[in-house]
Amino acid sequence: MNARKLEAPDVSRVANSKTVSWYEASARQRVRLMLDAGSFQEFIGPEQREQSPHLRVFDLPTQFDDGIVVGRGRIAGTSIFVAAQEGRFMGGAFGEVHGAKLTGLLRAARDTKSVPVLILFDTGGVRLQEANAGELAIAEIMRALIEARMAGVKIVGLIGGRAGCYGGGGLIAGCCSALAVSEQGRISVSGPEVIETNRGVEEFDSRDRALVWRTMGGKHRRLLGGAEAFVDDTIQSFRNITLHLIGSVPGFGLDVLKAEQARLEERLQRFGDCADAMDIWRAKDIFDAEAVPIMSSSDFIDLANRDGDPRYDAR
Amino acid sequence: METLSYRHKAQERAAGSKSLAIIGVVASGNLEVLVERLLPDTECQVDINTAAEGFGAVWEAVVADFVERRSPGGLKLSINDGGARPDTVALRLAQAVRLIEEEDR
Amino acid sequence: MTLDDILASLFPQGHDVRNYDGVLLGSGSLKTGGRAVVIGIADRTAVGVDEAIRLSRHVLNAMERGGTGPILVLVDSDSQRMSKRDELLGLNEFLAHLAKCLIYADMQGRQTVGLLYGHSAAGAFLATALATRVLVALPGAEPEVMDLPSMSKVTKLSIDVLKEKAKSTPVFAPGLDNLAQTGAVLSTLDEKTSLAEQLQTLLGSDQDGGDRRDRLGKTRRGRPKAADIAERVHDLALQSK
Repeated sequence: MNARKLEAPDVSRVANSKTVSWYEASARQRVRLMLDAGSFQEFIGPEQREQSPHLRVFDLPTQFDDGIVVGRGRIAGTSIFVAAQEGRFMGGAFGEVHGAKLTGLLRAARDTKSVPVLILFDTGGVRLQEANAGELAIAEIMRALIEARMAGVKIVGLIGGRAGCYGGGGLIAGCCSALAVSEQGRISVSGPEVIETNRGVEEFDSRDRALVWRTMGGKHRRLLGGAEAFVDDTIQSFRNITLHLIGSVPGFGLDVLKAEQARLEERLQRFGDCADAMDIWRAKDIFDAEAVPIMSSSDFIDLANRDGDPRYDAR
Repeated sequence: METLSYRHKAQERAAGSKSLAIIGVVASGNLEVLVERLLPDTECQVDINTAAEGFGAVWEAVVADFVERRSPGGLKLSINDGGARPDTVALRLAQAVRLIEEEDR
Repeated sequence: MTLDDILASLFPQGHDVRNYDGVLLGSGSLKTGGRAVVIGIADRTAVGVDEAIRLSRHVLNAMERGGTGPILVLVDSDSQRMSKRDELLGLNEFLAHLAKCLIYADMQGRQTVGLLYGHSAAGAFLATALATRVLVALPGAEPEVMDLPSMSKVTKLSIDVLKEKAKSTPVFAPGLDNLAQTGAVLSTLDEKTSLAEQLQTLLGSDQDGGDRRDRLGKTRRGRPKAADIAERVHDLALQSK
């Protein structure tokens, strides 16, 4: 099933993917515009109508693809498996069918060994109405992902959608070979409201957008080392970084885990007493730390690269 | 949840050769339309799943108007509705037909 | 059973597991003569960056020393620590790293066994108990993905309404029965007989690799679709070019 035939952009004729916003695009649009024209074949597409069996109990509507598009295609001629979450359906959250589609894809990647996997995250985490199934799906995805990496598969995560990459999605992201994030992207386990509820508004005001972005947003994650790459909010930028990351990440094994342990221990040692992201950026001697949130993407990318080359061997 | 289904005669077969298209997202105020070329040339069907019960008359009118304007012969359109307004429904139905009528670039 | 009772019953030959502010680290002698690595969370402690990094270090130290003994993960935790500091420092990476270490160890032949003896929730559950090959529980354990009050707040349905809906499906509400039926928890151990013996049986029975939780969830009717959907996508992908 060719997804390129399935959907055209909602806006009038789009010139090319260089200017299309990743944030504004649907999951299907991201897949269609990132991949080589005509190369995408979908696995269990919407016409199969494999919808959630659990939403009816809550009088909630279902989506034909249960909010995730999975399949195979090519980027610049390179064959890849791809999964794209639709962040506007149930907040992109993991339900039983949604999660199982990604689990199956990763197990196939493990068995194929030679085809990289792209995961286009756009998720609030576990879908409450199917909480146990969603959580288990995430656990199975993490297992299948590591099995695939052990078989030599490169797995790249892309984060820049409306729902961010929260909850269990953040854990799956941490299992990927490498991550690219845009300004709009956020990566976190607990969401802003939950932190506020638990710790009080003095510690974390969930309505303070600047605070949310300093703490969880793409720029901070890049500077902290929570993502290997920061990109502009365009389909083309994500496409380019994907090719770069696939070519940059080494294999997975004990050395990578030991390097990650050292990386995370060093982070705690250096920044464990910092009260805010601004303190971390200043501790890293980032020039003009106050300007980071308002910096353009290209200026920020230059700044981040001056801070140091990202390492690809410690995730 | 309510399930509605409307079958109509259509003046003409929907153009093009694609067998399948999809548009939209099931989100608040939005809907998805899956369109499949499955029926005889002069027939069409619109199936709707919606959590907003009791709006049958509105759906019926929107669908009838759509069939009259677009002549979606041969098409089965399946909707998952997230509580969209009638004008949004009309827009998506029209988009769906345009998509399936598109030639491959 | 208290934690001390549990450890004594698991390791009648002796153990050196200690509780460091809720973080359990150590090892124990197995009846077969080998040694099990032990990590865990106690006292319903939240799992934050400080806890996760210690647990993963212990697992990696064991991998470096070599050996073939299993790794036990004892769990009585809260959820992940929900704080500004933990998220600021990248909690997702710390939790993922811990899970990766456990999964990697298991794939290298160090069988990982989770024993849920208290509570666990959400991100902590994923990084510990759910990152093991086999997860068992003691009676009275209380796993949950999300608590009903929080679910009530988000869904705008009362707790009573949620409880009523939970009678017809095991797919969302907390509890050992639901997590067993959906395939997360393999079995509940008998606290009146030797845990060491039961552990031995567990270690001996599951030689075949592979994550079978989705198939277990299907058999137990807790997750009717997951196994089949995953298998179908897998097969379609393998056939694709």
